Amino acid sequence: MIAELGHFAMILALFLAVAQSGLGLVGAARDDGVWMAGAGATAIAQFAGLTVAFAALTYGHVVSDFSLATVAANSHSAMPMLYKVTGVWGNHEGSMLLWVLILALFGAAIALFGMALPAPLRARVLGVQGLVGVGFLLFLAATSNPFARLAPAPLDGADLNPLLQDPGLAFHPPMLYLGYVGLSVAFSFAVAALIEGRVDPAWARWVRPWTLAAWVFLTLGIGLGSWWAYYELGWGGWWFWDPVENASFMPWLAATALLHSASVAEKRDALKSWTVLLAILAFSLSLMGTFLVRSGVLTSVHAFATDPERGVFILVLLVIAIGGALALFAVRAPSLRGGGLFRPISREGGLVLNNLLFATATATVLLGTLYPLFLDAVGGPKVSVGAPYFNATFVPVTLPLAILAAVGPMLPWKRADLGAVLSRLWIAAAAAGVAGLWVWWRDTGGPLGAVVGIAFAVWLACGVLIEWGQRLALTSGDARRILGRLRGLPRAAHGMTLAHLGLAVFICGAVGDSFWKQEVIREVKPGETLTIADYQVTLDRVSREPGPNYTATVAHLSVRDTDGVLVTQLRPEKRFYPVQAMPTTEAAIWSRPAGDLYAVIDAGGPPRTASEQSQRQPAEAPARWLIRLYFNPLVPWLWAGVVMMAAGGGLSLTDRRLRVGAPARRPAVDPAVS
Amino acid sequence: MKRALALVPMAVAAAVAVFFYLGLGRDPAALPSALIDRPVPAFELPPLLADRPGLAKGDLVGQPHLVNVFASWCLPCRAEHPVISDLADSGAVQVVAINYKDKPADARRWLTELGNPYARIGVDESGRVAIDWGVYGVPETYLVDAAGQIRYRHVGPLTAAVVRGELLPRLAALR
Repeated sequence: MIAELGHFAMILALFLAVAQSGLGLVGAARDDGVWMAGAGATAIAQFAGLTVAFAALTYGHVVSDFSLATVAANSHSAMPMLYKVTGVWGNHEGSMLLWVLILALFGAAIALFGMALPAPLRARVLGVQGLVGVGFLLFLAATSNPFARLAPAPLDGADLNPLLQDPGLAFHPPMLYLGYVGLSVAFSFAVAALIEGRVDPAWARWVRPWTLAAWVFLTLGIGLGSWWAYYELGWGGWWFWDPVENASFMPWLAATALLHSASVAEKRDALKSWTVLLAILAFSLSLMGTFLVRSGVLTSVHAFATDPERGVFILVLLVIAIGGALALFAVRAPSLRGGGLFRPISREGGLVLNNLLFATATATVLLGTLYPLFLDAVGGPKVSVGAPYFNATFVPVTLPLAILAAVGPMLPWKRADLGAVLSRLWIAAAAAGVAGLWVWWRDTGGPLGAVVGIAFAVWLACGVLIEWGQRLALTSGDARRILGRLRGLPRAAHGMTLAHLGLAVFICGAVGDSFWKQEVIREVKPGETLTIADYQVTLDRVSREPGPNYTATVAHLSVRDTDGVLVTQLRPEKRFYPVQAMPTTEAAIWSRPAGDLYAVIDAGGPPRTASEQSQRQPAEAPARWLIRLYFNPLVPWLWAGVVMMAAGGGLSLTDRRLRVGAPARRPAVDPAVS
Repeated sequence: MKRALALVPMAVAAAVAVFFYLGLGRDPAALPSALIDRPVPAFELPPLLADRPGLAKGDLVGQPHLVNVFASWCLPCRAEHPVISDLADSGAVQVVAINYKDKPADARRWLTELGNPYARIGVDESGRVAIDWGVYGVPETYLVDAAGQIRYRHVGPLTAAVVRGELLPRLAALR
């Protein structure tokens, strides 16, 4: 009954979305205040409907109602409650419902918090938002009903994929979706602006906080996913250039470019059509990501619920949404006039270069991700494009960004004196040189990539701190003045500093893990000791321990430093989930600022079925165990860098100018319509 | 100029959409074998059981053979076992096997438990012969014609649908 209520609420939301788009778009075109207000009300109602639907599905999972097909296929009565709840979005149908719920959440947020917007713009934004909602709700209702019943109901479920039974992954999809779908707001704003045929600084200022919020979520979402891959897949890697990872990374790159170009559009009334295009592309890339993950056109370690029929449906949605928006762009963009003029060497010029680099990076990743598909479609051989391609093409494009991020914020608007700016950065250059030489000396001429990477990171960090210090007048030595400036400086400026610093920290982490990783893989008997980095790791014993819905083989490892002092104990596990007959690796990680000590136990021999395992354990338990140890230098810096970037975005988001905003729009718009 | 430039994003998106559409019908996991329509690689494997001979290149001539690569530790092999047994019982094709990276004792126990559908079984304990065949992972199944040429390869467990839709029509065509 509850599930039927949820189903009903979902279909109701579909009709509300239809009403929302009609009221918004037609209302704005007819300049009808009542209709436009109706768009806001239906947006809120649509969100309420989807909340009911989502709550109903969650209830089905919590009480293990196996008469629901998605619950039966993705849950199990013995699963811990946390994973019963997160199992709601651990499958295609549930995650699509979460997707539209978040879409509706943003629609409702525009309706509630967009009061400062001119009514026609707000109505059009809501209308476009509603149209996207209609498409995806139709998709849900027609091909992926999460409330489908099974008759007869099975006694128990098939269990959630054990890899997904993990706290890191439990919250990765909601974060990622908040980011993906948050970009829909920028998209709706762009389409609304194209319909109105006007993009001005006020528009750019309204778009920025939404984009920034989506960007923060996307950053955290990708970070969580990467962290999960790092500790759960048990390979000690954190980024694999897998199609699904790329699918989340491309919108991030586009959104980052959008954040930067929107500041030009806001402050200088320039780069307008480019900004609008980026807003469309950022969301288009997240839609494409949804398509890639769910259609099965590319193989990936992460892809789930692939189904060509659904693929056709999403593809049609994609063509309508993206094609429609880009067609509108083709018609309207040529008439968008840029305002502010600027010299190549200026803040604007720096941001244009930033955008060019980000666009190139996005195109690089896009090409690498889709290349196997292109080649296959024209009858070429089957290929997979892996890390070597991306390292060879993506890294050279992004390293200049690190140089630029130190210089750019120091450049004044309109026209700048590059020499003067660079002379302020001599300390950064010197520090970068010293750091590079130090790395070169430490590794005795060691990898050029590490030397360059660390030098760039130090340059960026120093440049960012110099710029911040100068803004705060740190050299004046006058504490009152510094404190006053610290408070007086817009939060967005602090946020930018923090985010750019985060990038520097992140680069250090990436360099450390790419060039200085150590690994030891050996079969050992209990009592034997392995040496890695500066640590002695002893296998004390191996035990079998039962979990709530799995059995685990646990290695007990003692870690001692060079003096033989016990510093920590590690407990890597190999779990076996009998319901899905699937093993998972639970790495044990000891994090220090200098790096992670990462331990994995491989149970030895191929995986066995549950019955075989229980039969053979006492008699045939191997005397030797395969232990893999990695020392992953600076990996904690990766996560710190990601958190700093997201925190920087969050800090900017609290800036008064963005919250209150209420920027004066040129008088053409009539604010009296209510 | 500006007008033409504004059309570029749409043109690119349209091209990508066409490729997506073409990509939808294809199975990206399908792995064509380089050995299709080529002779079986030279190999000779010792027997697993006392009452069944081993397997060598010379055994795969005279009539079509289905070469199944299996291991006792492979769960999907267990899943496809009834399908293979039915196929062997039907007499449609001579079914032989390569036992891949397995302990012979485990493999024997597995066959005792599930039944032995194979006319010949070669033991490939090191996995060396499987490399020559281009085995990607177990289970894998190859159809070899009477002349000893590999005609078809299936990756993953055989299902009744694959047997009906892929194997039997190809077998009929071979005769």
